[in-house]
Amino acid sequence: MVFAATLDGPSIPWVELIPILSLLAGTCFLLLVGSLIPTWPRRGYAWVTGISTTVALVANAVKWNNLYYNKGETFFADVIAIDRFSVLASITICLAVIFGALMMSAYLVRMNADGPELYALLLTSAIGALVMVAANELIVLFLGLEILSLSLYLLAASNRDREESQESGLKYFILGGFSSAFFLYGVALIFGSTGSTKISGIGEVLSENISIANTDAMLLVGIGMLLVGLGFKVSAAPFHVWTPDVYEGAPTPVTAFMASAGKVAAFAALIRILAVGLEQRVDDWRPVVWALAILTVFTGSILAVVQTNVKRMLAYSSISHAGFILVGLEAAGHVGSDGVATSMNYLAIYTVLVMGSFAIVLALSGNTDGETNLSDFKGLAKRRPALALAFTVLLFAQAGVPLTAGFVSKFAVIKSSVEANSYVLAIAAMVAAVIGAYLYLRIAVSMWLEEPASESEISVDPAVVIVIVVSVAATLIVGFFPELLLQATRLARFAPL
Amino acid sequence: MHASFPILTALILLPILGAVLITIVSNKYLELVKVIAMVFSVGVGGMSIWLLASFKSADSGFQYVSQHDWVTSWGISWHLGVDGVSLFLVVLTGILFPLVILGVDPHHDHKRYLAWLLLLEAGVMGSFLSLDLFLFFIFFEIVLVPMYFLIGGWGYDKRVYAATKFFLYTMLGSAFMLVGIIATAVLARRDIGYLTFDLVTIAEQASFATNTGRWLFVSFAIAFAVKVPIFPLHTWLPDAHTQAPTGGSVILAGVLLKMGTYGFLRFGLYLFPAAAVWAKPVLLTLAVIGIIYGAIAATMQTDLKRLVAYSSVAHLGFIVLGIFAITSQSLTGSVMQMVNHGISTGALFLLVGMIYERRHTREIAELRGIQSVAPIFSAAFMIVMLSSIGVPGLNGFVGEFLILIGSFQSARWWTIVAATGVILAALYLLWAYQRVFHGEPDEANSTFAEMTLREGALIMVFIGLIGFTGVYPKPMLERIEPSVDKLVEHVVSHSDYKAPTTPKIIAEPHGEKVGE
Repeated sequence: MVFAATLDGPSIPWVELIPILSLLAGTCFLLLVGSLIPTWPRRGYAWVTGISTTVALVANAVKWNNLYYNKGETFFADVIAIDRFSVLASITICLAVIFGALMMSAYLVRMNADGPELYALLLTSAIGALVMVAANELIVLFLGLEILSLSLYLLAASNRDREESQESGLKYFILGGFSSAFFLYGVALIFGSTGSTKISGIGEVLSENISIANTDAMLLVGIGMLLVGLGFKVSAAPFHVWTPDVYEGAPTPVTAFMASAGKVAAFAALIRILAVGLEQRVDDWRPVVWALAILTVFTGSILAVVQTNVKRMLAYSSISHAGFILVGLEAAGHVGSDGVATSMNYLAIYTVLVMGSFAIVLALSGNTDGETNLSDFKGLAKRRPALALAFTVLLFAQAGVPLTAGFVSKFAVIKSSVEANSYVLAIAAMVAAVIGAYLYLRIAVSMWLEEPASESEISVDPAVVIVIVVSVAATLIVGFFPELLLQATRLARFAPL
Repeated sequence: MHASFPILTALILLPILGAVLITIVSNKYLELVKVIAMVFSVGVGGMSIWLLASFKSADSGFQYVSQHDWVTSWGISWHLGVDGVSLFLVVLTGILFPLVILGVDPHHDHKRYLAWLLLLEAGVMGSFLSLDLFLFFIFFEIVLVPMYFLIGGWGYDKRVYAATKFFLYTMLGSAFMLVGIIATAVLARRDIGYLTFDLVTIAEQASFATNTGRWLFVSFAIAFAVKVPIFPLHTWLPDAHTQAPTGGSVILAGVLLKMGTYGFLRFGLYLFPAAAVWAKPVLLTLAVIGIIYGAIAATMQTDLKRLVAYSSVAHLGFIVLGIFAITSQSLTGSVMQMVNHGISTGALFLLVGMIYERRHTREIAELRGIQSVAPIFSAAFMIVMLSSIGVPGLNGFVGEFLILIGSFQSARWWTIVAATGVILAALYLLWAYQRVFHGEPDEANSTFAEMTLREGALIMVFIGLIGFTGVYPKPMLERIEPSVDKLVEHVVSHSDYKAPTTPKIIAEPHGEKVGE
């Protein structure tokens, strides 16, 4: 930066910002026009959300195509990296927003509470997520994290009729604020140690100075704090305790969005920091990630066994999935590993699975959005066989049964891990997956093998039907033809430093 | 059929197509559902018999090979083939499924039941035909899903517990195998030069360091040992068998357990010969323990179905003994015994199912004197039981005898102990027969209905197979032996193991004996 008589900012390549700008335009439109015109056509807000996200999605897809032959570059004085990694993560997040908006519309129509606010918050949280996945600068990353988190706190507490929702929002807010503080302190310490807040800059400094006397401890504590902060966001054990309560209490579409887009953003940020910024310090962070991964896969799968609420079950299963992504990340800490690509692959597939699963929960959750106990799923196969079948496919996919996308994602991560010689971790993760499978079997048992508790009509909103059909189809297509997705995700690389 | 017709692919895809059709057909046309299931299963059965007839018996390699790229970035292909080891398991699968579909009534929800059965058939066929590690794993694992629903949906009172136990147990074994499969492919890349999951390529071109090979073998062996099941990993089996519906039990005993023993042959011995030789004493010991333990446990059972289930543990012990004795005769005997056990235990489960249909109990103490009210039924039970015991002239004898004579040359003491298991088999089965069929029938048993025509026709097929292979095993042996010999040679050339020279089971065309 040059400080002269005038302040010259970095040049702004607006084209690169189209995805974020489009979401921002959608937000503004919803809030301004929404307050000017009180009555909108049915699902009007959802359409605006969908259209602005679709624009973002298309812009990202075009960018992906352009990036096919180069790895991408950094913009705005190197604080934003548009590379294949960030574009792929952005595409995943945009898909999650579209799914989320569809589910939100079904939810709001049923609650008779349609309004622009929740859609606007959905879009702002997506903006935060897009900033996070592309941030090459820790302060910018923190901004993205806060935009995402603040929107999610509000979304979680948005159901004013349910006490659990209020509790969920508050709990998430307090603990989330705590973890943001950890993150920020970590950034400060790393800046103190390396003199840079740019992720690629940190990498450069560390590769030039093998060991900086007296700053080493500072750096290590900084890394630790970053891991705590982001570990909270990705709900890695032992920082996972908020997850079941928040997931259970938040409105189901919000839970779905939180579990998918929120996790993708946080993981993308974590992966970029560790694999790019701290590439020189793999030996320091890899054992930590190893331990976190083992702890997380087992915590998620063992605690899931005793749950009786399906939303809580899915919360624990999402913890266990986070563990699997950490397995991929641990592999990425070895030379020549494709762990980054397989983690991204897992995130993309996980997003689809989790969206579809929560869509089914939403379809069954009743007028209060609270009927999500396992007993509410009893005999679903007799009441709505198609719904039960779709849920079974998604659950078995989450368990990692072959010929589903879930198997492809697990296989890819385990393969990375084995290639990196992390056999213990690979076996531990697979054993945990078997324990976790019990959870999915329990849900399947109650759907298929038990008698229905009530005979009341289940009406499924068409928007939810779209989400379910698309996610089940994607699960099976990727399961049978993994090559389609692998060709894309294996290109997920970072911009050159 | 045209020579280039992809018959192996069709064997897998046809049942899937049938299942899909059944799912589409409305619940109202129940008869149509049954017809579809029948047509597709009989069609697959017919094709498997055609395969048997046109199989070149002297060819020891893989026949009808079909190979197409599937997941190119991981080097995975749709690679199928059949040889003497898998041929009869494929035929057994092809025959057993239509018999179960035609002969056993699930009582409710036919549509789903039949759809799951056909999917199960596709999975089992796929496991026996795959020549790609990844493909094999997929079929090996996917089989759990239909079996889980069959036990859970149509089983007896503790079905959910049994189904869940079955699923988790087997999946736990597979978890180790998955890591093993990936590690095998990744490590083999150094020798082969590119990543591939192709079984033949890895087995022929890759060599693993001694300890690496052992670890890899162990990871596979855990999965197969659970599936077989080998003592002490057998505890899921009695529960699954007892709670499964009759059709499910027949399939489970008939073909599903064979996926484990087949896996040992195809993926244990073939991929890791040196490690298999290293693990030989342990597996032989476990096999013998299984034989004795299974027999003793069977003697103690009060539930007829559980008794048959424990007898499976003992019988499978013989098969494992034959596999890890690694001689031409013992291996041939094992392959043959896999089929024999499928036939005789499958038939036993059918008969026990028929008893349950009539009496609504399987407790041995509540059954007596059936012979005097249902002599034909009792005769059928007697023949099947004798085949299971291994009485000469019936199929069980041929396999068991070959296993024992083959194992004696390379694993003498184990074989001596195992041979006592033959006597124990006679003990528990004959004693059970005596208690159930002899004596005077009490009031409840005096109305025991004689075998119906449909049941009789069904059992006749089994008895026919039992008698034919018992008296004239040559067609079977001459197809199995070349592939088995090749496998033994493979083990000998890839390890320090010296196979004892044994005479050919089937004499050479000119009549002279080879090897003596």
